[in-house]
Amino acid sequence: MFYREAGDFKTSYPEDGQTFPIKLDRFGFFAVLFIGFAVIPFVINDYWVNSVFLPFLIYAIAAIGLNILVGYCGQVSLGTGGFMAVGAYACYKFMTGLDIWIGGVQYALPPINIFLSVILAGLVTAFVGVLFGLPSLRIKGFYLAVATLAAQFFLVWLFNKWAWAYNYSASGQISAPERSIFGMNVTGANADPWVAYLFCLVFLAGLAFMARNLTRGSMGRKWMAIRDMDIAAEIIGVDPLKAKLSAFAVSSFFIGISGALFFSVYLGAVEVGEVFGINKSFLVLFMVIIGGLGSIFGAFAGAAFLVLLPVFLKNTLVGGLGWPTDLAAHLEFMIVGGLIITFLVLEPHGLAQLWRIIKEKLRLWPFPH
Amino acid sequence: MKMKLATLALGAALAAGPALAELTFPSLSYRTGPYAANGIPFADGYADYFTLLNERDGGIGGEKINLIECETGYNTEKGVECYEATKGSGALLYQPLSTGITYQLIPKATADGIPVHSMGYGRTSAKNGKVFSHIFNYPVNYWDGASVGIKHLLDLNDGDLSGKKVALVYHNSAYGKEPIRTLEELAKKHGYELTLLAVDHPGQEQKSQWLQIRRERPDYVLMWGWGVMNQVAIQEAVNIRFPMENFIGIWWSGSENDVKPAGAGADGYKALAFHNVGSDFPIFDDLKTHVVDKGLAAGAGDQLGTVLYNRGLYAAMLAAEAAKTAQEIHDTSNITAAMMRDGMESLEITEEKMATLGMPNFGPEFTVTCENHGGDGLGAVTQWDANAEKWTLITDFVQSDQDVLQPLIEEDSAAYAAENDIEERCN
Repeated sequence: MFYREAGDFKTSYPEDGQTFPIKLDRFGFFAVLFIGFAVIPFVINDYWVNSVFLPFLIYAIAAIGLNILVGYCGQVSLGTGGFMAVGAYACYKFMTGLDIWIGGVQYALPPINIFLSVILAGLVTAFVGVLFGLPSLRIKGFYLAVATLAAQFFLVWLFNKWAWAYNYSASGQISAPERSIFGMNVTGANADPWVAYLFCLVFLAGLAFMARNLTRGSMGRKWMAIRDMDIAAEIIGVDPLKAKLSAFAVSSFFIGISGALFFSVYLGAVEVGEVFGINKSFLVLFMVIIGGLGSIFGAFAGAAFLVLLPVFLKNTLVGGLGWPTDLAAHLEFMIVGGLIITFLVLEPHGLAQLWRIIKEKLRLWPFPH
Repeated sequence: MKMKLATLALGAALAAGPALAELTFPSLSYRTGPYAANGIPFADGYADYFTLLNERDGGIGGEKINLIECETGYNTEKGVECYEATKGSGALLYQPLSTGITYQLIPKATADGIPVHSMGYGRTSAKNGKVFSHIFNYPVNYWDGASVGIKHLLDLNDGDLSGKKVALVYHNSAYGKEPIRTLEELAKKHGYELTLLAVDHPGQEQKSQWLQIRRERPDYVLMWGWGVMNQVAIQEAVNIRFPMENFIGIWWSGSENDVKPAGAGADGYKALAFHNVGSDFPIFDDLKTHVVDKGLAAGAGDQLGTVLYNRGLYAAMLAAEAAKTAQEIHDTSNITAAMMRDGMESLEITEEKMATLGMPNFGPEFTVTCENHGGDGLGAVTQWDANAEKWTLITDFVQSDQDVLQPLIEEDSAAYAAENDIEERCN
């Protein structure tokens, strides 16, 4: 009833192999894109952007990035917070003008456009990610998780210690100065909410498109071969070095961009230990696991679940029911934790799998076999 | 996607803000998380003072006060959410009680025209009102604290610290790093040797730092700690038998919560303060009659008279006085955030004022001006008596070394102004 597939015939391979082969899904996707780009910017205010949409969009980018590494390539990483920090600090250096000292002489680049700064920050993070991905060639599973955990602690320590990274500010904080695109402020306090929202949405849409197509192509199939059985993959001609390192690079690129946006557009001022600590690594990993490993939709669902649910609960319990804030905060932990366990017990493959099952049912409804 | 939209729609229905009241004061509190032990008494004191004004005087200038509490958990992301959620409700003033959140709010609140009062924390150079139009940090800041601490050490050593070793144990964050510049400048001036020991959030593991202190034997240890870090540091100091009277914490490291776990060993530990301690003030009788006995006390109601409760009380008192000043200046009882800012900028705290409020000699006298948003930098030293289980003020309020601090403040605020294209005001 919901899906009317009668008459929806495919006459060519590209048609059959497209991302949304079912017509209704395709329309749904374009409708969501339309709402995201052309409706939401006109109706949102500061609160919705800063408390709901920006964190959701940015965490979704990070979750897609981590999903490529963990979900598609099977390399467990706990270094997400550290890599986000690389993105944030790289973006800060690029947007304030990168300075390098060689032999006592300072060479400084002029401040780079914010859009390019974010992309460059992603590239720098990709490079750092490859470096920390090197151990994956020898170790896997829990051992690799520990190695990436070391990256997490090392990077946070580095950005706390290395005064150059925060332009020698007294407090060690980095704050994003005002930067604009087409004359409209994207960062800083005077940025219009819809501009910040669209800026992040463009990145998310672009990166999600890229991720989806990478994972469908030969590169994604190599990653999945490595994930499913690395020895077998090597025998059929997949180079583990290239596959693993490319997964680390692409994943870190995404995570670096999310870190850059997290700092420049969302928070505006960042302190590495507090914002990019180990908690962030776990949060993004939980998003990937709850959403569903190896699914782009899962990354969205996981990010939505972990970003929106606390805000929703807080508004319900404190704003709606008028409970004391501390009681609500404790309950929030319990409810979110309880729901995570419930969801994973009911469907170990995450929200994406849940959605897949529902969709199968809907396609047959009301006449199941 | 569809699930996401459904969630959003449900959220939209429930995200409507609280009802508008006449004078709205948001309280970004933290009653949960690793810093809750210190966040609770402050939030209680802050809330109780406003409850007292509502119950006893019918609000400020006849306008009832609406206190909106929002839980931040000392987390900057939640702090931003709280700010965005409450700013639309006519919020007059933000006191985030977190240096990290203050840094977030400096540009945001300035753009929105809402004043921020970071009392004894936040960005020190916000003292320069010429650059920071909406940020206030009276009566003291961290650099004053560092200087007052060193002055106390000078007093103990007949004015000569040369050759002495001073160690700083600090929370490895924006907050803990604040005093380093000042202590380095003061080290140049007074000739002591400074050792820096960073402790990472949340500070439960400090064995290596205290091992180093045991090895290097500094003459004095200063501490910039918060939350559980304080308790651990004091316990570690007791464990290595460091003489407690040579261990001085900043005002955020000097509450009952911090010293009690160490028991008798913490006796003699010192902490800086910018307001008086104890419950020996007439206002506490009023609080008992109008708030506690009516069952209106915030939280569990068991924090009255503790150091951080008094600080919350003091913060609320300064906010209420600024609101009164604003009402006088603009000749209206229903003030806006912009008027509140004007009130804060012409705030004058005198001994008579504090005495009429039932808080005689509670804090230093100071005047806020357009140029100076930070007061005169008066601080005192308190000491813990483990047997009597109470803090006592052991020095008068002394002024920090303005010769050293003023240039630093000028320099840091000028850098901020240049970074953000801010033109100096007050000319």
